[in-house]
Amino acid sequence: MNPLSFQFVSTVRLGMKSLMLHKLRSALTMLGIIFGVCSVIAMLAIGEGASYEAQEAIKKLGSQNIIIRSVKPAEDAKQAGVGRGSSLEYGLTYHDGARIQTTVPGVVRVLPVRIIRENVRFAQNSVACQVLGTLPFYMDIVGLEVARGRFLTETDERNHENVCVLTAGLAQRLFPYQDPLEQSIKVDAFYYRVVGLVREKNLPEHRTQAGRMEGEPLDNNLYVPLSVSRSRFGEVLIRRSASGFEAEKVELHQITVQMRDMEAVEAADPQIKTLLGRFHTKNDYETIVPLQLLRQAEQTKRIFNIVLGSIAAISLLVGGIGIMNIMLATVTERTREIGIRRALGAKRRHITMQFLVETVVLSVGGGLIGVAVGVVAPLVVAHFTTMKTIITLWSVGLAFGISGAVGIIFGLYPAKAAARLDPIEALRHE
Amino acid sequence: MPPAHDIIRLERIEKRYILGGEVEVRALCGVDLVVTPGSYVAIMGPSGSGKSTMLNLIGCLDRPTAGRYFLGGVDVSRMPDDQLSEARGQRIGFIFQSYNLIAQLTVIENIQVPLLYQGKDVRAHQDQCAKLADMVGLSDRLHHRPNQLSGGQQQRVAIARALVNDPLLILADEPTGNLDSHTGQEVLELIDHLNAQGKTIVLVTHDERIATRAHRVLHMRDGLIEREVVNRNGAAGRGTTPP
Ligand SMILES: Nc1ncnc2c1ncn2[C@@H]1O[C@H](COP(=O)(O)OP(=O)(O)OP(=O)(O)O)[C@@H](O)[C@H]1O
Ligand SMILES: [Mg+2]
Repeated sequence: MNPLSFQFVSTVRLGMKSLMLHKLRSALTMLGIIFGVCSVIAMLAIGEGASYEAQEAIKKLGSQNIIIRSVKPAEDAKQAGVGRGSSLEYGLTYHDGARIQTTVPGVVRVLPVRIIRENVRFAQNSVACQVLGTLPFYMDIVGLEVARGRFLTETDERNHENVCVLTAGLAQRLFPYQDPLEQSIKVDAFYYRVVGLVREKNLPEHRTQAGRMEGEPLDNNLYVPLSVSRSRFGEVLIRRSASGFEAEKVELHQITVQMRDMEAVEAADPQIKTLLGRFHTKNDYETIVPLQLLRQAEQTKRIFNIVLGSIAAISLLVGGIGIMNIMLATVTERTREIGIRRALGAKRRHITMQFLVETVVLSVGGGLIGVAVGVVAPLVVAHFTTMKTIITLWSVGLAFGISGAVGIIFGLYPAKAAARLDPIEALRHE
Repeated sequence: MPPAHDIIRLERIEKRYILGGEVEVRALCGVDLVVTPGSYVAIMGPSGSGKSTMLNLIGCLDRPTAGRYFLGGVDVSRMPDDQLSEARGQRIGFIFQSYNLIAQLTVIENIQVPLLYQGKDVRAHQDQCAKLADMVGLSDRLHHRPNQLSGGQQQRVAIARALVNDPLLILADEPTGNLDSHTGQEVLELIDHLNAQGKTIVLVTHDERIATRAHRVLHMRDGLIEREVVNRNGAAGRGTTPP
């Protein structure tokens, strides 16, 4: 070891020694940095996790898709009250689907979906579910896989077959003890034969199922051929409400438009809106463009990170001020020692180094502990809540780097103040 | 250039302090002094006469307001701070009235401190430090802290520390001021011993008996050397009469 590095090592050792002399004080000072570093890492991990979940959910909608949903227009909702005879007519039509298919460039497929809330019965069991009338390629677009049996087919559609496919969750609720395949279940007044069970390709459940309401089980669908939904349930749906009965006429509840690629999505979105606008006088539909949602989510995440980052940075700043405060007190306390060292040949930079090393040991030590706590904290949060957390390497590096920088920045002033002391004055200090 | 054989040469040294506004304190009013290597000089005088001020200037802890100071032939009166630090570290050993050891360091570590600032490897000088501790009679206390030592022992640590960089000049400001007469005697004998080995000593004291050990006794008053007594029996009868 050359003398210089030896000098450095002994300066560090001296710094540690001085810090150990006031254990509680040093620990409390470190605490500021520990909390700062820990909160940087933990906050960014929680933010990262939240946005990851949101993005995953959006990705499941399919970034090549544009989803159009029927919405009950707000102004009609009031009129529709108790009135008999007059049924409320709104929403997407088969014509809408056909027009989009033929006029919008880049469209690969148009998937119509009818969604009806009904109870499904088997033996004594009755379970509320969503009956989705749709076409066979629903499975590809939404990302389902067959667990057992098969999905709906073209033949089912053409022949108006009374068949149905259940999601795994619904099957479990409806058939706790039996094998559901080939059983007949009853919806409304008709019986349907169970031909298959499906589940989502990538668990956990996506929440993108058409028409899903908050708080409802995700995995609670029953699929029937579109033609069957049309003929069995009819276009006019009677619904019981608090004030009596409500009749609604809705042809389609959702249309999912699959585009060739992402560029086509960008171009098609306004075209679809104008197209629909021409035929709908009421505001009775909404479009969802997952690609745009994804971009928004990314944007939100960026803002989120900045906000969380600044909160954490402020706590680091406070920690730094704490360090500076303590070091100023330490310098005053050790003025005489500084005088002695100066008399024994210490140059100003030796004194600066001595105190700077102390603050850096404090802040880097605090930083290391903070990293440890900051890595564990999100794991604990993830364990006890449903929140997902993702610890990124860069956030750990950032937090640690900042803590080191805080030590140097906030240590520099007290260290310089110590070095500037006049040796004689310092020696005379009590 | 002054003759190279002078270790200290003060030429019309003045030190003034400006106190809040117009009040000016003249601590030294144009002191001339020449000290040759190997001599033993005692400074006496009433309180406030400027003894400590002069010793601090000689020790390169301070710079004069006016006049010139040559230390070993080099003008240090206008030197920048870093070079003054170097001069202190290499040429001068200090012994203070209140010992001024560093509380959190052990005896041996205190002795090593000046080495650190000369960029020397402490481990290479381990033997030398142990030998110094032995010389001042503390070889069995190497790992004790200052607050575990008596005043006399602490002052002896300070003497060992003053010697570690092998300085030309030892400066002592009332080194026995805090000690009883017996321990003070021991410390003074150590200082005599150093002088016998060729170190130049400048010592401030209030005690006439201590002053008799020196070759020269300077009496100060109001910032000037009022008179000088040459003592032929100085340093246990040894030493030459300075010019
Ligand atoms: N930093 C300072 N600011 C103002 N005046 C000072 C300062 N240092 C010393 N003095 C003044 O200079 C004069 C000489 O002080 P000095 O300490 O040299 O006296 P001394 O001879 O060592 O006294 P003592 O025997 O009490 O130690 C005194 O009048 C003192 O008040
Ligand atoms: Mg004095």
